[in-house]
Amino acid sequence: MVAEVLYREQFTIRGNDFEHGGEVATQVKSILKQLGLDPAVIRRLSIANFEAEMNVIMYADEARLELEVLPDAVRVVVADRGQGIPDIEWAMQEGHSTATAEMRARGFGAGLGLPNIRRNSDEFEISSTVGVGTTLRYLVRTDAAPAG
Amino acid sequence: MQLRSVASLLDCEVVCCHEMLDLQVFSCFAADLMSDVLAFSLPNALLITGLTSVQAVHTADVADCKGILFVCDKRPSPEALELARNREIPLLATRRTTFECCGILFQRGLTAATRAAAEAPCSAK
Repeated sequence: MVAEVLYREQFTIRGNDFEHGGEVATQVKSILKQLGLDPAVIRRLSIANFEAEMNVIMYADEARLELEVLPDAVRVVVADRGQGIPDIEWAMQEGHSTATAEMRARGFGAGLGLPNIRRNSDEFEISSTVGVGTTLRYLVRTDAAPAG
Repeated sequence: MQLRSVASLLDCEVVCCHEMLDLQVFSCFAADLMSDVLAFSLPNALLITGLTSVQAVHTADVADCKGILFVCDKRPSPEALELARNREIPLLATRRTTFECCGILFQRGLTAATRAAAEAPCSAK
């Protein structure tokens, strides 16, 4: 059965655009607040979205972030066009990073991003093809959130 | 502790959102690495940092921080200041170092905004 989608929107994230890094996560947070979701759910999603957005800016050429608000969950897909990840298992471990000095100077690139997206999600999937791109799919349930 | 008291204790300049100094903070998270804030902080913290880019404000916003305290006499970039105004995130700036700020606020009873601290709070008095 296909879940009813209450709200759907797409955003574009451009690689290397540090100046605007965080704007998509901030826009999505405003939408989720307007929809009246639990603050704890909004925080988990906002952190995951910001980490995903910064990963695109640091490592990919461009990505599309798709937001879908369902009756009992929020689903996000971030599909990028870029270098891809040769070893997903390695990249999913905390502290493993190929970040440059510029990325670290911006406060990122500690190798915490992907594990942190997984930590803040109830469902998480990652797939990647080297030279093509990476797709993240994550979902946060809204029906069993702790009181915010 | 009200942000107003934090500003007074640490000789801060209030960079923006003067009207929000009545906000109460009970815990802090200090880091220059925003990845650490996103991975390890609890909501409602005062973020203490030397990072002045727009990403510091985005981090405070998504992590539900109550405000940002910039250390070592640093000031936010113009983009960071504009975003903080738009998102209503108070910004303070002090000449003191991260270590000094944390020590003074810890001594006054503020705790670490981390899960470990929330589960086993320290007893700084």
